[in-house]
Amino acid sequence: MTSIEHAAALLEEQAPPAENAGERASWWQVAPMVAVLTLFFGLPMLVVLVVSFFDFDRSDIIPAFILDNYVELFTREVTLRLYASSLKFALIVWAITLLIGFNIAYFLVFHVRGLLVQIGLFLLCTVPFLTSNIIRMISWIPFLGRNGIFNQALQGAGITNAPLEFLLFSDFAVVVAYVHLFTLFMVVPIFNAMARIDKSLLEASRDAGAGRVRTVFEVVLPLSRTGIALGSIFVITLVMGDSFVVRTMSGGQSASVVSALQNEVAALQYPPAAASAVIMVIIVTLMVAGILRLVDVRKELAR
Amino acid sequence: MYAADGSRPWTFYAFAAFFALFVAFLYGPMVVIYVLSFQGPSGGMTFPMNGVSLHWFDALISQSRVGDIAGSFQRSIALAAIVAIVTVLVSVLAGLAFRRPFRGSAFAFYLAIASLIMPGLFVGLGIALTFRLLGLPTGWYSSGLGAQLTWTLPFGLLIMFAVLGRFNRSYEEAATDLGATNWQKLKEVTLPMLLPGIIGVALFGFTLSYDEIARTALAAGAKNTLPLEIWAMTTNVTSPTLYAVGAVTTIVSFVVIMVALTSIGAIQRRRSRSKT
Repeated sequence: MTSIEHAAALLEEQAPPAENAGERASWWQVAPMVAVLTLFFGLPMLVVLVVSFFDFDRSDIIPAFILDNYVELFTREVTLRLYASSLKFALIVWAITLLIGFNIAYFLVFHVRGLLVQIGLFLLCTVPFLTSNIIRMISWIPFLGRNGIFNQALQGAGITNAPLEFLLFSDFAVVVAYVHLFTLFMVVPIFNAMARIDKSLLEASRDAGAGRVRTVFEVVLPLSRTGIALGSIFVITLVMGDSFVVRTMSGGQSASVVSALQNEVAALQYPPAAASAVIMVIIVTLMVAGILRLVDVRKELAR
Repeated sequence: MYAADGSRPWTFYAFAAFFALFVAFLYGPMVVIYVLSFQGPSGGMTFPMNGVSLHWFDALISQSRVGDIAGSFQRSIALAAIVAIVTVLVSVLAGLAFRRPFRGSAFAFYLAIASLIMPGLFVGLGIALTFRLLGLPTGWYSSGLGAQLTWTLPFGLLIMFAVLGRFNRSYEEAATDLGATNWQKLKEVTLPMLLPGIIGVALFGFTLSYDEIARTALAAGAKNTLPLEIWAMTTNVTSPTLYAVGAVTTIVSFVVIMVALTSIGAIQRRRSRSKT
């Protein structure tokens, strides 16, 4: 992502600071954003951490310092199942969006001629991202339903005799919706990384006798790893943090860590929900840190 | 990548077919629900069409049992407009700050990134709890607005980075050399040059707010925004009304996108004309 690149470059180059008019101007300019994010993001996350140690009764939260919420979370059998379910979805969706995202970006960068055509096709992929996720999600219902378009087509073609039941309100439907909603988050960073690859490197690889496949795996793939890492961070955090898709598309049959948390909130059990959120944030942070360890995004970007 | 005579390699056609399939996958289902929203009064949630009618759009307006669509629509539009304005003001300013090194820039940058990738429901939960502990009432215009800004401001900042990364600073230096004050430089040179990018930030601010659900769900207070209302519908409405509301809300998104893209296009065209 050129934007993060730019910031990372700035952070790398940062000269020994000197108190001057420029720095003061920057502080004033960045202050409103830092203020809003501190008030509505930093402080609330701190409150979640604090409340995770609180006690609660049927209607209220009671200030205290107890570890019961965490003990409860770690001793419940369902916790492991929920995490396994969330991780399963994250891995499957990550693999599919990576495969699709890489190929779409590759096509746009290396096969499409002409800047205008490239921008046009890129916008074609981007526009759905700016429309409602819920509507895009429910738009799979007429496709996947028992009497939906797929089943009608399959039966019409004589491939199946009876409608396939697993299409809608199943894990399959959840994965389809995730891929539909989140592939763009993979396409854009990989597109940006690929667009910066010097095309003569590909020619050099060919001149040196490498075939198409080898050139992709040994030249394009390593040089796109920054984009792949950023896209992976987006997709994994989006899937791990989702509750709406898994609820709607599984018809309530599957759950995720966050959808279980949402149930606790609905039951006004804020402290256990907060403890669950804290653990989830730690796990997601570890996953992001793992990706950043494999690919040093900042160093790569400052290149 | 091309053969010597400029002809396409066979892989081009394979990739082009894959791309076409991907676009069909993106748009196909959406197109289908727009068609189905014109389902006849006795028609169901899927094909075949039992006639063509505006029955389900009419059901939206008469709102007998579909909830408060009109009210939530008005709230969502108002909220999206406020979010777009605040996002433009705050993230354009923040983008300008990052053009020079300053102490604390790493903190501000990582605060924005953390805010961007934090699961939305957690942010909403935190805001709801904070308001509760402070004894403040939640509302779409207060806690809901704050929740959405934690999503749109980092996005706006990233767009500003992309825009400013391509920005040619020699125009600003020329303005200084000609004796412009800092304020004149900003107003007469920098902001007009950044205008297409600023429209882009406004577009993202508006549409991301208009469609936001995860952050807003727990922080919106008693009155729903449109996406929350629609989500409630998905659990209890099993008629093409659901598709009708989908068609209406997507048309609003498309109008906003088209207005933004055509104005950016018009600015770029005027510029390329005045250069020649």
